[in-house]
Amino acid sequence: MFAWTIYISFIGVAWLLTLKSDDAAGARRVALLTSGASLLAALMGAFQYSADSGLVDVANVPWVAHLGIRYHLAVDGISVVLLVLTGLASFVGILFSMNIEKRAKEFFAFYLALIAGVFGVFLSFDLFLLFVFYELAIVPKYFLIAIWGSTRREYAAMKLALYSFVGSAMVLIGLLAAYVVAGGTTFNLIELAKFPFPREFQMWAFPLVFTGFAILAGMWPFHTWAPTGHSAAPTSASMLLAGVIMKLGAYGCLRVAMVLFPLGMSDWAAPFLGLASWREVFGLLAVVGIAYGAMVALVQKDFKFVIGYSSVSHMGFVLLGLMTLSTIGLSGAVLQMFSHGIIAGLLFGVVGRMVYDRTHTRQLDELEGLRLSKSMPFAAVTFVVAGLASMGMPGFSGFVAEFQVLIGAWKSFPTFAVIAGVGVVIGVAYTLRAVHKAFFNDAPEVVAVGGGTAALGGSPKPHNADHDWDDISIPERIGTAILIATTLIVGLYPRVLLDLIVPALNSPLMEKLVKGGAQ
Amino acid sequence: MNYSELFTLLAPETLLVIAALGVLFIDLTTLRGEDIATRMSWGAWLTVGACFASGVAAFMAPTATPAGYLDGMLVLSPLSPWVKAVILLLTGCTAIVSISSRFTEHAGEYFALLILATAGMLFLVSTENLLLIFVALELLSLCLYVMTAFNKRNLQSAEAALKYFLIGGISAAFLLFGFSLVYGVTSELNLAKIAPKLASATPDSLLLVGMLMVVAGFGFKVAAVPFHLWAPDAYEGAPLPSAAFIASGSKVASFFILAKLMMLGFANAGGSGAWMNFSSGWMPMLAVVAGLSVIVGNVAAIAQSSVRRLLAYSAVAHAGYALVGVLANQKSEGLASVIYYVATYAVTSVGIFAVVGAVQDRAGNDKLPAFAGLSKREPVLAFCLMIFLLSLAGIPPLAGFFGKFYLFKSGLLVQGGGPASLGMLWLVVLALAMSAVSLYYYLRVLKEVYVSVPAPDAPALEMPWAAKAVAVVLAFVVLLLGCLPGLLVNQLVAAMQVGAN
Repeated sequence: MFAWTIYISFIGVAWLLTLKSDDAAGARRVALLTSGASLLAALMGAFQYSADSGLVDVANVPWVAHLGIRYHLAVDGISVVLLVLTGLASFVGILFSMNIEKRAKEFFAFYLALIAGVFGVFLSFDLFLLFVFYELAIVPKYFLIAIWGSTRREYAAMKLALYSFVGSAMVLIGLLAAYVVAGGTTFNLIELAKFPFPREFQMWAFPLVFTGFAILAGMWPFHTWAPTGHSAAPTSASMLLAGVIMKLGAYGCLRVAMVLFPLGMSDWAAPFLGLASWREVFGLLAVVGIAYGAMVALVQKDFKFVIGYSSVSHMGFVLLGLMTLSTIGLSGAVLQMFSHGIIAGLLFGVVGRMVYDRTHTRQLDELEGLRLSKSMPFAAVTFVVAGLASMGMPGFSGFVAEFQVLIGAWKSFPTFAVIAGVGVVIGVAYTLRAVHKAFFNDAPEVVAVGGGTAALGGSPKPHNADHDWDDISIPERIGTAILIATTLIVGLYPRVLLDLIVPALNSPLMEKLVKGGAQ
Repeated sequence: MNYSELFTLLAPETLLVIAALGVLFIDLTTLRGEDIATRMSWGAWLTVGACFASGVAAFMAPTATPAGYLDGMLVLSPLSPWVKAVILLLTGCTAIVSISSRFTEHAGEYFALLILATAGMLFLVSTENLLLIFVALELLSLCLYVMTAFNKRNLQSAEAALKYFLIGGISAAFLLFGFSLVYGVTSELNLAKIAPKLASATPDSLLLVGMLMVVAGFGFKVAAVPFHLWAPDAYEGAPLPSAAFIASGSKVASFFILAKLMMLGFANAGGSGAWMNFSSGWMPMLAVVAGLSVIVGNVAAIAQSSVRRLLAYSAVAHAGYALVGVLANQKSEGLASVIYYVATYAVTSVGIFAVVGAVQDRAGNDKLPAFAGLSKREPVLAFCLMIFLLSLAGIPPLAGFFGKFYLFKSGLLVQGGGPASLGMLWLVVLALAMSAVSLYYYLRVLKEVYVSVPAPDAPALEMPWAAKAVAVVLAFVVLLLGCLPGLLVNQLVAAMQVGAN
């Protein structure tokens, strides 16, 4: 069933290419249909999957026999969680793109191609195949931002493309080297994970591959593509970028770098600058990302940049969780991948689609004068809920995830856990600031009512409480409901996901890892 | 010597030579009074027919020659028909792309030269004798010089040809001098006999000088740094089909013979090009050339505003990548990966030139703005161009990605090496880092094609159906070989295994 997520998306691309180029409504229907179908495929697969069955092959046929490359798709609990996330985020992203008119056919074709690549990565257990899907995602991202984006779109698109490509070049070096060292006969992840790579080899291969993937996960200091990319992208692409693409990176860190090269995380011969291993180095970078992202988000003027930097901060929790190497920390990290995917999608949906597409401004200073809580109550309520989820309020998924990561981190590196805790507090601050400024500012309107002062900072014509903005449309409401329901369900009953994640972490594949690669 | 046997073995080449004379004859007699359009299309289709016939003959011909036949002047292996087929395919595509070109009144002569150059390539593929290698290379090169200069009305074409010719002449001199030194050391011309002679002696300085000159001579042919300076002018100034031909067919033939020469003839004088472990031989020389090509080609391409110059510099970079395969420790894997890479690269290049030609015919130049909004004006061509450029950048699932992957894998593999030994790791790292740079300039072209808005007065593109069909078919080939690389790799590997037994 799961394999159909990929095929359906590709069928959608092919179908879209046959449409007339001015048939925007048709393109939207096709996109909605195919992404709905692939969400359905992912959900059906998830219901059929039982956590006890461990690793289940979906497809396994030779591809390039001469090099031992196979078309090998399989799922375990972690893949299932992320596949469901991808299905949800992409479907809701399409719901939030129902206002695309410009070159709609191409937009959705690139969008679905991107989604196909993401599904593929989460399903691949052959590293060559995984890499192919991973790189497949680069080009659609570039065009989605460069053609349909906003602020500095061409710059942001190129930056994202180059960052991704540099990261994947690093990954490719590591994978090629691992493949050759292991004898050059297989790319099968399970086989390679069993191969005893020499310690000194793992010591350079691990940081190389981990960093290569972590670039896409927004690890500080390689995060700078994220805020610019998220802000420039059209709404649904931001939802995908923050919601799913960043998870590709984190997933690669866990599934490839850490599983293949566990000894790369063991202690160095001598500490360097007070750090004893690559594990501590990346742990440190993760908490710096948490704190730095949160503090920078606190002073942003552009609404989307606030969310962009908050993504960097939240992804820091994922990386920190990975580096704890304990079941609770790792399961927290995977849960955080899911949770942040949903919440970031919601936040970008509100900011990009509901607010920006209607008011045509994202400057918090200008939004202050618009009293959006009155004119757009639905958006305001949604954002408050999403903000609560994002700041880690109990009852939402974000709380369960970050709490687990913090517990795990407390055991492994207490200092980092404290810094991360501070990051959570700052997270509350920037979220409240954004809520206040964008929606609930009671200050008298700065912009005078009337037609004469439109020159203010290039802002749109000043608005009163009664604007001619479209109502929040039905698809937007449906999408919002889906995402809020998901974060609530996971927040109130996290076992729906944990029952999938924890057995996967205790599987033979991850065994070496969870028992502490530190030996 | 048995002439009928020789003729059977040389059937593909003979057919081509007859076809070249035939094209000339028909153009001068029956087509004399016709207009140029008719003569060009007759010439092109005759060329395609000749290539097809020659290709069939190549697969019908015996796939082995008796040991020591003519002292290695003619050596056929199960691999030869495949390489010949690739070259003939490229020639055929070039001929079709030429149909709508109007750079010359001399249709017959142009296509005759094209066919003769192809004959030179086929000879190059089927010989292992230093002397015949040189003769075949000169046959190919002289045709290419003339084809570059063929647009007599265009100063740029003349300048490009003169540069190409002068540098080419010098490099031929180097090559011949190098060959003569190798002959002086080994007193053999046959590659198969040179190899054992080199095994016994430690490489003396005379041999090293000889090999250096050979590397320089071939460095010119494949446009590797520091012998690449003719390439940008030739790519930009030559008539478009000639440029496409220089970028494709001649690359395949030159790389094949270079790989054969180094891996077969000089196999025992390679030394080592591994990091911190250099030892004298041709490997360190070629490794440095490869590293420089990858860096200079990619960095210089960033600054180009003419798409054809950009392609020239990117060709320099690609020559650098392909050399990684020549440096492979495991010969069969190295050779297979080089052939796969160069073949797919050449196919991609012809496709790009077909699209660039269509744009240039309309806009009058090949600067980046001429491509603005191509996706609106001509969506099919724009899509083909995207496939070609992304394949060059090495994005999966296109042929260029698998080609690079296979090359680098061969470059890392060490025969019988311990678990931690990784052959040319430094070169692979360098090449991958630089291929990240290359994405930037390929995306710049694609940005014009897909993102920029066309000028309101931009004329619609008109492209003859045949040239368009070439672009579409080649794009499909690039996609297919990327998704199912086994189609070609299995054939190459199987052919080499049969040849080895």
